[in-house]
Amino acid sequence: MKAHSLQIVAALAGTMRSSVSRRRLLQAAGIGGAAMAVTACGTGGDSASSGEAASAEDLSDSAKLVNWSNWPSYLDINDETGERPTLLAFQEQTGISVTYTEDVNDNNEFYAKVRTQLEQGQPIDRDIVVLTDWMAALWISNGYAQKLNKAEIPNEVNLVPKYVDVSFDPGREYSLPWQSGFGGLGYNKAALKSALGVDAITTLDQLFDPALRGKITVLSEMRDTMGCIMAWQGNDPSNFTKEQFEQAIEALAQQVDSGQIRQVTGNDYIGALEKGDVVAVIGWSGDLFALGDNFGFGLPESGGMLWTDNMLIPPLASHKKNAEKLMNYYYDPVVAATVAEYVNYICPVQGAQEAMLDIDPALAESPWIFPNAEILDQSYVFMELTIEQDAEYQRLFQTAIGN
Amino acid sequence: MAAVLPSGGVSATPVAQRRSRTGYFLLLPGMAWLGIFFAIPFITLFVTSLQAPSPDAAGQFVPAFQVSNYAEAFLNYWPQFVRSLVYAGLATIFALLIGYPLAYFIAFRGGKWRGLLLVLVVAPTFASFLLRTYAWQTILSDNSPITQFLNFLHLLPDERILNTGIAVVAGLTYNFLPFMILPLYAALEKIDPRLIEAGSDLYASPVTTFRKVTWPLSLPGVVAGTLLTFIPAMGDYINAQLLGSTGDRMIGNAIQVNFIQFRDYPIASALSFILMAAILVLVFSYIRRAGTEDLV
Repeated sequence: MKAHSLQIVAALAGTMRSSVSRRRLLQAAGIGGAAMAVTACGTGGDSASSGEAASAEDLSDSAKLVNWSNWPSYLDINDETGERPTLLAFQEQTGISVTYTEDVNDNNEFYAKVRTQLEQGQPIDRDIVVLTDWMAALWISNGYAQKLNKAEIPNEVNLVPKYVDVSFDPGREYSLPWQSGFGGLGYNKAALKSALGVDAITTLDQLFDPALRGKITVLSEMRDTMGCIMAWQGNDPSNFTKEQFEQAIEALAQQVDSGQIRQVTGNDYIGALEKGDVVAVIGWSGDLFALGDNFGFGLPESGGMLWTDNMLIPPLASHKKNAEKLMNYYYDPVVAATVAEYVNYICPVQGAQEAMLDIDPALAESPWIFPNAEILDQSYVFMELTIEQDAEYQRLFQTAIGN
Repeated sequence: MAAVLPSGGVSATPVAQRRSRTGYFLLLPGMAWLGIFFAIPFITLFVTSLQAPSPDAAGQFVPAFQVSNYAEAFLNYWPQFVRSLVYAGLATIFALLIGYPLAYFIAFRGGKWRGLLLVLVVAPTFASFLLRTYAWQTILSDNSPITQFLNFLHLLPDERILNTGIAVVAGLTYNFLPFMILPLYAALEKIDPRLIEAGSDLYASPVTTFRKVTWPLSLPGVVAGTLLTFIPAMGDYINAQLLGSTGDRMIGNAIQVNFIQFRDYPIASALSFILMAAILVLVFSYIRRAGTEDLV
């Protein structure tokens, strides 16, 4: 029920704004997820044994289908017709039709939704899912991702080299990046000008300026919020100790308790920023760029966060080969550039920048889609956590934000 | 049982048996429904609430009899329990204050418009609960006329309504108002207007007539309405999440966070159980005090 109403909200939001970005309504999604989790949870279930994900008989050749679950507004769409140009082109090229569902609104929520099936070795009826690094890591280590058949993905050579050897999947045997993005400082330019008298904010000191009391939000995604705060405190979000994390929690709790931080949200900050209820946020790059010229985004001088969402093939996916063909298709530079033009996140495909010159030369120059060394230097990837650490830190974080 | 039936000598007994069997048979779908959708989940929830963390695998739980889950859940989240109680209580009172006059008006002054007015009361619920709550973000936004007006009078401690407890209570009141109005209307509509006329004939002032006649007769509606508002409001978390701030979280939010973020199913289940027990105790003592058995 709730999930259904969420889709209505998402659809409505989509018609209200021509440029909605990904992850919006994330907060609301958590809501729908809870209802589902309650029905899905039951017991702790069997231990998730790490190992190879089960494969099912591949129906790819007989059923020209692929089921893809992705985040909202994370793929090009024609706002008038509701058609997705790159998906249509893929279907034309290969004869494979794609059932595209925007049902990943939050990593934890999505995991909660399919966890029971995964643990009991049942198919989740999806051929591709898109999950953020740390959740992808969990799936891969639990054996919830099938090994990719690289023979079907020749375009993988276009993967930007720095993505190839990630700690959770060296050599990208199980996953391929969909998009990356930054967690940093976003603001409503006009509101910021009248509140602080500046055109942009570049530090967390400015974000925590008492003049903005009750006018800022931070992300409920622990890694982005805590990463920015740790970097601000002079620590390294990619390599920190428990004490350093606790120190950052203390700073966060202080800002929450003083009323500086108005709310801790998923994507809900977008609407609040647009209305002017919120002046500045710790938010996501693509969201802010999609909002238009009246809004700005930048990494804090002390450093911002860099994350990647990855495509995985879940166990028992019945159209694995079609899924791989789809991945291959989106690693074509021209296709990748078409998607990047719409979603405004970092494109992980080499050659897309050149392709973008033909589509929108201004975007080809954008360091937020094709980051330069300077910006990458200013961003951190959050340290990989063990399950125990993740549980412990999540608890500290949620307690600090009133949960 | 058999005594009630028309006595027909020897042949009455099989008929009675057949009838009573038919009765049980007719109960089957309802019992099956209850069994599948209430009893089994209820037991599962209870068993889960006593599970302990697995010693072998992090993030997994094994069957146990860990009663301390309840203590832990309550000690960690008692402020959220208290807050839920206060917010739901306030929302119920406001819903009654708004709903009673409205139901009264529809029942006694609605005339031929009654049907339409009732449809108007219910109409908002045709739109998604979530959507309507999102709409309140706009209604209570910092730049909205209502916020600006109240700020002009310096009535708002935080100079805003959205993302405060006020907004949460407002959202709860609004969202559950129809559940207050409908039973109130049903009770008021049943009152014979001649009783009220009799009151004035006997020289009672309108206030006394209301106090001595209308109000007591509408009590079943009041009790039903307050219960239908209070119970869902107590467990609600959408309003707190969308309209509240970090300091306004309710018990539903705590359950959600434990299920989704922490994946701590035992604590989340224990919280659900405590909530259920608290509501049951409150409801029963309330019904006892209200002294009405009409609604149960």
